[in-house]
Amino acid sequence: MIASGPEADQKRRPSKINVRVLRQDGPGLPPYWERHQVDYEPDMNVISVLQKIAAQARTSEGKSVTPVAWDCGCLEEVCGSCTMVINGRVRQSCSALVDRLFEDNPEEIELRPMTKFPVVRDLVIDRSRLFHSLKRVQAWVPVDGYYDMGAGPRISREAQEQNYPLSQCMSCGCCLEACPQFNKVELQRNPGESDEDFTKRKEAAYESEFIGAHAISQAMLFNSHPVAKSLEKERMETITSTGGIQACGNAQNCVSVCPKEIPLTTSIARAGRAATVYAFKKIFDR
Amino acid sequence: MASNRVLVVGGGLAGLSATMKLAELGIPVDLLSLTPVKRSHSVCAQGGINSVNDQTRQQGDNEWNHFDDTIYGGDFLQNQPPVKEMAYWAPKVIDLMDRLGVTFNRTPEGFIDRRRFGGTLYKRTAFAGATTGQQLLYALDEQVRRHEAAGLVKKYEFWDFLGPILDDGGRCVGAVAQDMVSMQIRSFPADAVVVATGGCGLIYGRSTMSVFCTGSAASRCFQAGAKYGNGEFIQVHPTAIPGADKLRLMSESARGEGGRVWVPRKPNDTRPPKSIPESERYYFLEERFPKYGNLVPRDIATREIFNICVNEGLSVDPSRMCVYLDLTHISRAELDRKLGGILEIYEKFQGVDPRDEPMKIFPAVHYSMGGLWVDYEANSEGGLAPGSPRNQCTSIPGLYAIGECDYQYHGANRLGANSLLSCIFSGLFIGPGIVNWIKSNKASADLPKSVFERAVGVEEARHKKLLSNTSGGENPYLIHQELGDIMTRSATVVRYNDQLTDAYSKVTQMAERAARCSLADTGNWTNQNVIFTKALQDMFPVAECILKGALMRDESRGAHYKPDFSMPSLTSTDPAARHREAEQWCDAFDENTRKFLKSSVCTWKGNEPDLKFEDIDTRLLPPRPRLYGLVGAEVIEQVWKERAEAKAREKASAPKELVGSA
Repeated sequence: MIASGPEADQKRRPSKINVRVLRQDGPGLPPYWERHQVDYEPDMNVISVLQKIAAQARTSEGKSVTPVAWDCGCLEEVCGSCTMVINGRVRQSCSALVDRLFEDNPEEIELRPMTKFPVVRDLVIDRSRLFHSLKRVQAWVPVDGYYDMGAGPRISREAQEQNYPLSQCMSCGCCLEACPQFNKVELQRNPGESDEDFTKRKEAAYESEFIGAHAISQAMLFNSHPVAKSLEKERMETITSTGGIQACGNAQNCVSVCPKEIPLTTSIARAGRAATVYAFKKIFDR
Repeated sequence: MASNRVLVVGGGLAGLSATMKLAELGIPVDLLSLTPVKRSHSVCAQGGINSVNDQTRQQGDNEWNHFDDTIYGGDFLQNQPPVKEMAYWAPKVIDLMDRLGVTFNRTPEGFIDRRRFGGTLYKRTAFAGATTGQQLLYALDEQVRRHEAAGLVKKYEFWDFLGPILDDGGRCVGAVAQDMVSMQIRSFPADAVVVATGGCGLIYGRSTMSVFCTGSAASRCFQAGAKYGNGEFIQVHPTAIPGADKLRLMSESARGEGGRVWVPRKPNDTRPPKSIPESERYYFLEERFPKYGNLVPRDIATREIFNICVNEGLSVDPSRMCVYLDLTHISRAELDRKLGGILEIYEKFQGVDPRDEPMKIFPAVHYSMGGLWVDYEANSEGGLAPGSPRNQCTSIPGLYAIGECDYQYHGANRLGANSLLSCIFSGLFIGPGIVNWIKSNKASADLPKSVFERAVGVEEARHKKLLSNTSGGENPYLIHQELGDIMTRSATVVRYNDQLTDAYSKVTQMAERAARCSLADTGNWTNQNVIFTKALQDMFPVAECILKGALMRDESRGAHYKPDFSMPSLTSTDPAARHREAEQWCDAFDENTRKFLKSSVCTWKGNEPDLKFEDIDTRLLPPRPRLYGLVGAEVIEQVWKERAEAKAREKASAPKELVGSA
């Protein structure tokens, strides 16, 4: 694969891949670095490196260890599972190709969990906050029901071409990891606290913090749908309340790390304008 | 009396559509999934979803034709009533998805745009770029989130389904599952359990499927007594991008939008593809199948590509087998609008822009047509009786299966863009039947606790045993690789009985080794090692169904191809002799139909599957030969037609709308 000739490639490729992983045995426990070494093969990505690490379960010093835990799904960058920080950059590990990583640093690949979400174990993080935000902006079309009522509203090609990119958001969390205004919320369960109470407490904490670019973009997507815009007011209430659009510092990191190249800053700008209109309306409607 | 609940296992298109329909009917649902449901494997579906539409209707298409194409494409191996019902629901399913906000591509006037897919001559396929599965899944995910916010749906994400719970009468009254974070094992009492857990591609090691698609959930139902049908029918998709961890799908829509498959006519031609003149290119699908061209059904395209590389030595890459899939004659703007998603995948993973260079592709395991055996109740028109609790019910009462994990809709070969349809259709259709099932049974929450405690105890014991087996044993990841290798070698595109026999005995030995796996992780926190090992162990019963079915089915049908038992092409050139040959061919076809137009249905006997052949309900369409590309097809078709007409005349007194759609 890749443009240059096979022989030139062969020379640059080491026979082994060194990997440094930031591990953590559980929530609240101290993180620690661990080195692994796996055999190089053509066409590898970080997923196949982690698969080999799991099969070996042995560090480069020869110590037996538990397999490194990580999250993955489709392996073709449409499910959003396998986000992690690779050589200092947040991205999907499936599309992080070893040959490309070697172009930057042939000595080592460094893997860390995302820093804005609580670590569950090793590279596995808890992104429930991200899905909770989708509830907060009511990112859905409030249809009457699922009986046959004929086709939906006519949609222009222009509208589809504007909405489809926004609708490709796979909730991977890259935009949140890169955002300077998005801070980690990590709570520990109190002794004797029930699942329900703990979830409630977590959700309250999430709601006091920045909702993030992905959710703002989803709000704009649904506000532009002929039927879903009936919930525009509710969405704008969320967007203009604590942790809403005003928390955005306009750093524009979100759009530069989005693996799907979703025009997040365009959505944020739209949301900003809509928020102004909404604020005025609120004053006059009073 | 406790209130009723339904447990849905799996949050892909099938599981989510069932969940939202049940919620609409007022039934509380527990939705259990290995992954946040938005990340389910349905996101990988690319090309589209089929239905008759206003445009094709005016070109002579109708629901019956869609039904006929699906049955013919599947080589008649489906019970026909569910397939008919699905085809007739298809336009309604797309209307509903449209209302839910799916970003289908639009025509300049604002109608849903359509493309052509394999195995049909009509443009039936609605699509959202080249990520249709993702877009449909998101629309359903949003609806389920809406019901979750309203309190009717409770999600259990990162939970592994360990098996159904049966009461003393054999009725399914819930399931046991394990939290993949805390490793807690608990029961979920439910008045019906719906398994919507997708395909089993991981049995083949690498496939186009996501890492969740181990088939373990279906296997756990199978081992608990549910029957497994037509396991040997595994679709190998003609066009995928080879990779170290996965074989990434290159959608059929690439050909639907005009993509052409070719190889240089000269073996080992080292010239860059674009410098090879048209006259020196072999567009083998177009030449061999003038009617369908690059859009022959998948089983046919796969065999042709395989044959071109393996037998004719025309692979375009000396180091591995592949052929060109060429889109470079189509404008970049059109490609970006209609195929952007898949072209990005190719670009990202291969480092080559497919808008400039033909793609290099090769077949890969893609879909399981087989799966859990499910029942149905037909109505007087030969469709399904709505609201019947028998529809989609496995052989365990109260345990339902929908989507790719059932065996119902695609027969011996699935047509492209029919899977999204079958998933959503079966999920929506099942709702009223489940409500009726619940009404007629005692609530499972009122059953004695011991039923559930016993089931949890069994799973806790299995878990503990695995964790305690720490030294000198087998490595689950390496056994998985071995299993994948042997399954890929023996039970994919071309199958031989000696290889299948050998594979079966090796796989049963491997199953014993897998039982002795020892784990590198013996902890009880996010232990992926033990979750994977359980899934691996449960791959074997399904792998054995696949191999046994393949071994016992001495014929070629759809995706199952045995050269030793194939219907030959005609050889004579003299018209009269050729006609006689065609007569014999049709006799042989009839004989084969009598013998093998049957579902293979397996029952688990504790350590191996027991296989029986079961008749197929062909009440609507009599089987006819599938003749794509066969030499002498015209003569056979003519003879077949004459015979069909003769039969029809015989039956003229019986007033049934049988023959005569083709």
